[in-house]
Amino acid sequence: MSKILTKALLELADDHLILGHRLSEWCGHAPLLEEDLALPNMGLDLIGTARSLYTYACQVEDKNKSEDDFAFLRNEREYVNCLLVERPNFNFAHTILKQLYFSVFMELYWAAALNSDDEMLVGIAGKAKKEMAYHVRHSGEWTVRLGDGTSVSNEKMLQAVNALHLYTNELFINTENSDTYISKNILPDRTSFKANWQKKIKTIFKQAFITYPNNNDELLGGRVGLHGEELGHLLASMQSVHRLHPGAQW
Amino acid sequence: MVTHTVSERNQTGIINDDKALAWATASNVLDPEIPCVTVGELGIVRDIELIEDEVTVYVSPTYSGCPAVLAIEMAIETELLKVGFRPNIKRILSPPWTTDWISDVGREKLRKFGITPPVNASSKMGLFGKVNVECPRCSSNNTEKLSEFGSTACKAQYRCKNCLEPFDYFKCI
Ligand SMILES: [Zn+2]
Repeated sequence: MSKILTKALLELADDHLILGHRLSEWCGHAPLLEEDLALPNMGLDLIGTARSLYTYACQVEDKNKSEDDFAFLRNEREYVNCLLVERPNFNFAHTILKQLYFSVFMELYWAAALNSDDEMLVGIAGKAKKEMAYHVRHSGEWTVRLGDGTSVSNEKMLQAVNALHLYTNELFINTENSDTYISKNILPDRTSFKANWQKKIKTIFKQAFITYPNNNDELLGGRVGLHGEELGHLLASMQSVHRLHPGAQW
Repeated sequence: MVTHTVSERNQTGIINDDKALAWATASNVLDPEIPCVTVGELGIVRDIELIEDEVTVYVSPTYSGCPAVLAIEMAIETELLKVGFRPNIKRILSPPWTTDWISDVGREKLRKFGITPPVNASSKMGLFGKVNVECPRCSSNNTEKLSEFGSTACKAQYRCKNCLEPFDYFKCI
């Protein structure tokens, strides 16, 4: 079947799984009890969406595969998530900004996917879009609260922007050779969301007293399996139980 | 518990409508995380197909990552097996589950349990699009949101400024 559609689904699924795992790392470490519930809850949403996407990828590519094969038995060079989502949590400001960048993008993406001619993608988009609206509100409110907070919290947000903004361009690049899928209205066109994404981020930044970076620095590589060292550490932790007990049932 | 196969039930006339029995059996399973309401009342059971004793139940998960989904599916399967069906569970994503599917009985049960049921999008909007969330204990509208994320994916945390009690709100999606 179609390798290109599978690749597009895996890009989406890997983004959700890896960011979902990053959020789960906050469990027991968040600065407030409410956030200790909120961050892993959002992680669950993302991992749930990843599961639907992996399951669909199995139907498209190879019915003998399961979602677990994709999640637990691929190495870092086989993962095709964008670099943004694998960045370590670092501090709360970094995490919030990473969530903001990603969720604003995904809300636009899922809204467009609702009009796809691919029924499965429409089904996944219907649930995910509603959840993403909560994530956008959560990270948007926190961005303003931190940016318009104390000089320390503002400084941390600025540092987060400096560290993470160059990873955002990768979100707007379409899957290699996917033009026909876009023109046939199967896959949304990632490049088409850039203007709206920037507009929304700029509006939030303005309220948060954060300057939107005007340089064009970018770092790419995730979609072709070239990742930072940190992804290896994440996968080692996430996959260890599955690899230690292959095929275990309980 | 005495179990009968579907054909036995038909002969003995215990239940003469197998489809109704299958519906009732599947719908009466309790939500494992909010055990005051059934999955039928939450609108999670969407449809049932019956061919002889093989029953296919279509369920709609509430949230993508809801850990209760698998528990619910297994419970439905077990209950159907107990009354002699051969169950088949199918998960459907489209149309996506919405809190509008929670029945009136379900909403009332949630309130009695101490969880404010979802405020319908149009009916209870206050000024400036602000939603009025009523305290499940004293019915006061003088409440405030503590966090949009609560103990489970479907709930938010609120506080009543009248009776000073914290409570869960089943958020609207
Ligand atoms: Zn009260």
